[in-house]
Amino acid sequence: MTCLPAHTDKKLGLVVDLDTCVGCQACVTACKGWNDQGYGAALSDQDPYGADPSGTFLNRVHSYQVTPHDGGTAKIVNFPRSCLHCEDAPCVTVCPTGASYKRSEDGIVLVNEDACIGCGLCAWACPYGAREMDAEAQVMKKCTLCVDRIYNENLPEEDREPACVRTCPTGARHFGDFADPDSTVSKLTRDRGGVPLMPQLGTKPVNRYLPPRPKDRPEEASLLAPLLDIKAQGLAGWLDRMLGKLD
Amino acid sequence: MGQPKIDTSPKVSDEIRKTTCYMCACRCGINVHLTSGKVSYIEGNRDHPVNKGVLCAKGASGIMQVTAPSRLQTPLRRVGPRGSGAFEPISWDEALDLAVSWMKPLRETAPEKLAFFTGRDQSQSLTGWWAQAYGTPNYAAHGGFCSVNMAAAGIYTIGGAFWEFGQPDWKHTNLFVLFGVAEDHDSNPIKIGIGKLKARGGKVIGINPIRTGYNAVADDWYGITPGTDGLLILSLIHCLMEAGKIDLDYLSRWTNAPLLVNGAEGPEKGLILKNAESQPFVIDRRTGMPAPWDGQGVEPDLGAVWQGHRTVFQHMAERYLSDDYKPEAIADQVGIPAARIRGLAAELSRAAFDQAFTLPIKWTDFRGDTHDHMVGRPVSFHAMRGISAHSNGFQTARALHLLQIVLGAVEVPGGYRLKPPYPKPVEAHPTPHFVTAPGKPLSGPHLGYVRGPENLALKEDGTPWRIDKAFTWENPFSAHGMMHMVIPNAHAGDPYRIDTLFLYMANMAWNSSMNTTKVMEMLTDKGPDGEYVIPRIIYSDAYASEMVAYADLILPDTTYLERHDCISLLDRPISEPDAAGDSIRWPVVEADRDVRGFQSVLLDLGARLGLPGMVNPDGSAKFKDYADYIVNHQRRPGVGPLIGWRGDGSKTGRGEPNPDQLARYIENGGFHQAHVPEEASYMKPWNAAYQDWAVATSFYETPQPYLFNIWSEPMRRFQLAAEGQGFIQPPDHLRERLKVAMDPLPLWYPAYGDEGAAEFPVHALTQRPMDMYHSWGSQNAWLRQIRGKNFLYLPTKIWTAEGFVDGDYARVTSPHGEITVPVAHMAALNADTVWTWNAIGKRKGAWALDDGASEAKEGFLLNHLISELLPERGDGRRWSNSDPVTGQAAWFDLRVRIERVGPQAKAQPQFDTLPRVVPKGEGR
Repeated sequence: MTCLPAHTDKKLGLVVDLDTCVGCQACVTACKGWNDQGYGAALSDQDPYGADPSGTFLNRVHSYQVTPHDGGTAKIVNFPRSCLHCEDAPCVTVCPTGASYKRSEDGIVLVNEDACIGCGLCAWACPYGAREMDAEAQVMKKCTLCVDRIYNENLPEEDREPACVRTCPTGARHFGDFADPDSTVSKLTRDRGGVPLMPQLGTKPVNRYLPPRPKDRPEEASLLAPLLDIKAQGLAGWLDRMLGKLD
Repeated sequence: MGQPKIDTSPKVSDEIRKTTCYMCACRCGINVHLTSGKVSYIEGNRDHPVNKGVLCAKGASGIMQVTAPSRLQTPLRRVGPRGSGAFEPISWDEALDLAVSWMKPLRETAPEKLAFFTGRDQSQSLTGWWAQAYGTPNYAAHGGFCSVNMAAAGIYTIGGAFWEFGQPDWKHTNLFVLFGVAEDHDSNPIKIGIGKLKARGGKVIGINPIRTGYNAVADDWYGITPGTDGLLILSLIHCLMEAGKIDLDYLSRWTNAPLLVNGAEGPEKGLILKNAESQPFVIDRRTGMPAPWDGQGVEPDLGAVWQGHRTVFQHMAERYLSDDYKPEAIADQVGIPAARIRGLAAELSRAAFDQAFTLPIKWTDFRGDTHDHMVGRPVSFHAMRGISAHSNGFQTARALHLLQIVLGAVEVPGGYRLKPPYPKPVEAHPTPHFVTAPGKPLSGPHLGYVRGPENLALKEDGTPWRIDKAFTWENPFSAHGMMHMVIPNAHAGDPYRIDTLFLYMANMAWNSSMNTTKVMEMLTDKGPDGEYVIPRIIYSDAYASEMVAYADLILPDTTYLERHDCISLLDRPISEPDAAGDSIRWPVVEADRDVRGFQSVLLDLGARLGLPGMVNPDGSAKFKDYADYIVNHQRRPGVGPLIGWRGDGSKTGRGEPNPDQLARYIENGGFHQAHVPEEASYMKPWNAAYQDWAVATSFYETPQPYLFNIWSEPMRRFQLAAEGQGFIQPPDHLRERLKVAMDPLPLWYPAYGDEGAAEFPVHALTQRPMDMYHSWGSQNAWLRQIRGKNFLYLPTKIWTAEGFVDGDYARVTSPHGEITVPVAHMAALNADTVWTWNAIGKRKGAWALDDGASEAKEGFLLNHLISELLPERGDGRRWSNSDPVTGQAAWFDLRVRIERVGPQAKAQPQFDTLPRVVPKGEGR
């Protein structure tokens, strides 16, 4: 059993805006690219040009179709999925070696790969499917919130954010400190009704998802009224009325 | 156990080199990180005008493309039967000598027998210039099967088009309406724009049979029936006109709505009425008398009738106020209830007129009138292949521009803005050039904008000059050529036989051809003499695509990180509405194989052939390589491929070549921008400050102000010919079709694919995902894990009626062919439409993939269902499956029927495994 910190100074995490995520997968490969050469073991790929390629990804995007019961228009919701850096992270408490831990300074859930024995218990314990065992390195891989970017003094200050946030073309991903009520992520969560994923599980995820705005509700303002009865007054009547507007 | 200490500031890389992406056509700026001389990470360049730091899934996966096992390694010469894959490696000298031994005699005797067509070519100003110097009329890039309807309809109407040639005024627009967009096109800029608009609380409306991607995040979605967009648009115009919600001031000042249409019977009927000086004129509201169209202070009268001639505006009113365009009359056809159509018209009106605003920008128009502000109309549109890849696509794209125009929303704050060198009127474009003479260059560029029948590429006997039959009565405005007709026509010897087919980066033996199975046969077919019907094929590509096996000579290209390129203002630049921009690629890593950048090879071939412009007086090569050309070539004195840092480095646009130019580009992150002055930022076609800036920046030699062409005179000239006027006459069998298709005022007619489609009730579409570019993505170790398989998506209506269950396959039958493919259910889809992702399906053996790859086993193409010719219509003739105006391939006219066949092991048809020209890929 590994202990969670009683308190973290910061609660770093992501806000993902489901209203603007177009499902383009940019965050998926930016994450793969950075973390393939970043913290810990590379993210390997097995049989990449073969019949059944598979590899380690720390962030994946799924598309869901929603068909309202009331017969409304069907909708597609694109849903990026990665570690939520839970406050009560079951993946940490289940770890037999202490390899899986939550950092006390910022709340990032990390794997100390030197101590990881690849038993896979944490992946079983995570209800969100956010961890992947690397088949080559045989260690557990997961989102690090780009811990090797966000404090990295070799990067320009504006680049000290997770690779997925930096690359997101629609700006649907935001990074920040949820412990700071004035941070962008806290404000977005307040303003847009950000929600944790499956809160009933009691894991207290830090990340928040902004729900899609209501769709397919054309404003119910009045429709355009014809200038006049064209049938009765003819094209000439329409032209007179229309062009009279210029004067 | 304590928390481990970790290094949170690791060194990122040894070096960053900034160049231009080529994982698709967007041309984003990228930072390529190098560690120990190898590419270690790729991210977006924050300073770059196109992507502003962001990067898509493809861009970040470029690192896997540079090492892809599918990369060709060395020049190859065919030694066995064509298509057998029997090649031998040869040296570059041997390869180039062989090519010259084929090309040189042709140039000296019959240059048209070389057909040079390029696919995803970003160097058309070079490849076109080369073909012009060679002297063959047979050159074009891939626009004919891509989106020429979109490009040409834009040029003929507003002097610029959608996609990279313009964009919404993202800063001010409140309502953004997308029609049928391909999700990979201009993809990062549109994604950035949608994100910004939504963050401001603006609204996105998607009009598309399929609700994925941008349409998934659209606040409102209209699942239109394919091919009916034009009808919907004209109905919206009907609603707006009926309610008087159109911008009269804009129409009267900036469009040809107040010009008079000649109403007198005879050869001038329907042309714009001209005065004794051959100038169009308007009736001045102040005097009721004729006045110059560009006269200072003139107030053009939209409603004028003069000596029996009526204004364009009167013709518009007559056509669009007709009951034919009432929402109630068209709702069933477009698949959208009338009330929703009326609601959409009201939303457009609300944004354009109720939310109108002004910007305090003082400006002077071309008439000399000054204005102390600009009126903003915060509604903007974007459209792409979804509306243009139909046989009514040109008229539909014109209709969409007309909709923007009546709202007064083009080139105004909040509306659609063009990017330099656009706007540019038809008159500023060349006409097509095609007359050949042995040993001589063509007198001008191949591709251009036809003004009337006299510009058609027809010989005196009425036969086409060009192998693709571009610029003929069958498709007069084929401004991008018709690459999809080259192989079928060359095989048929219609209009004539060719000798050497020279292709660059175009997968014509697979996903870039209609009727793929038949095209593969055409490529290997032999005549009675035992020779190949298409005698010689030279192909250049960087990767082992399906096309490679069908070449006789392969010229292996580099990857995009190993080469020089220029994204030029002479071609398709990276401008923004507020700045002209161009950019370069440069070898950020050295190629580790015996490959050469195609453009350098082309210049080498040109020198060996002694082509004008490519050799010095002593016969030696004028350019060492493409980089040398980029810097030193001058198209006109002082105007070259790049506008930045010319002369001594201080000149922009015009200036003598600067040997230091590429170094300056590299220093600046690979691009250059020339900013539009603030007073010139909107109203560009009419804004004197913009016109002057455009001349100074080298886009044209004199100011070119113009009016938007609601009424198209070039189109009317073809209609007149079809009516029997003039000496140059169309063949009789095309008269009726020309009368409709060349209507000078936008209209809608049913797509040709709908004809005789009673047994094929379902529309079938393809679209490209945001994470794959054509066929390129499947060779990428990361991207193919994201999308290694495609399904045919079926709407609920078909899914339920046919009793489909997960895991099923369907037999899909079109008038032309049959395929059997895996299916999936999708509710967010037009009820009569099925669709799939384009070009995921691969042929076994291609792209260095395993024979059992899902792309080859379950992946599939719809191309097998689409013929390049329409079914015979009873008169013994078969029309090309193309738009009758431009010749754009009508991919999306496809009609099918669907039958459930239960689970299957693989998709059909399957083909023999392509012989491998590179070994199957193993590890990364």
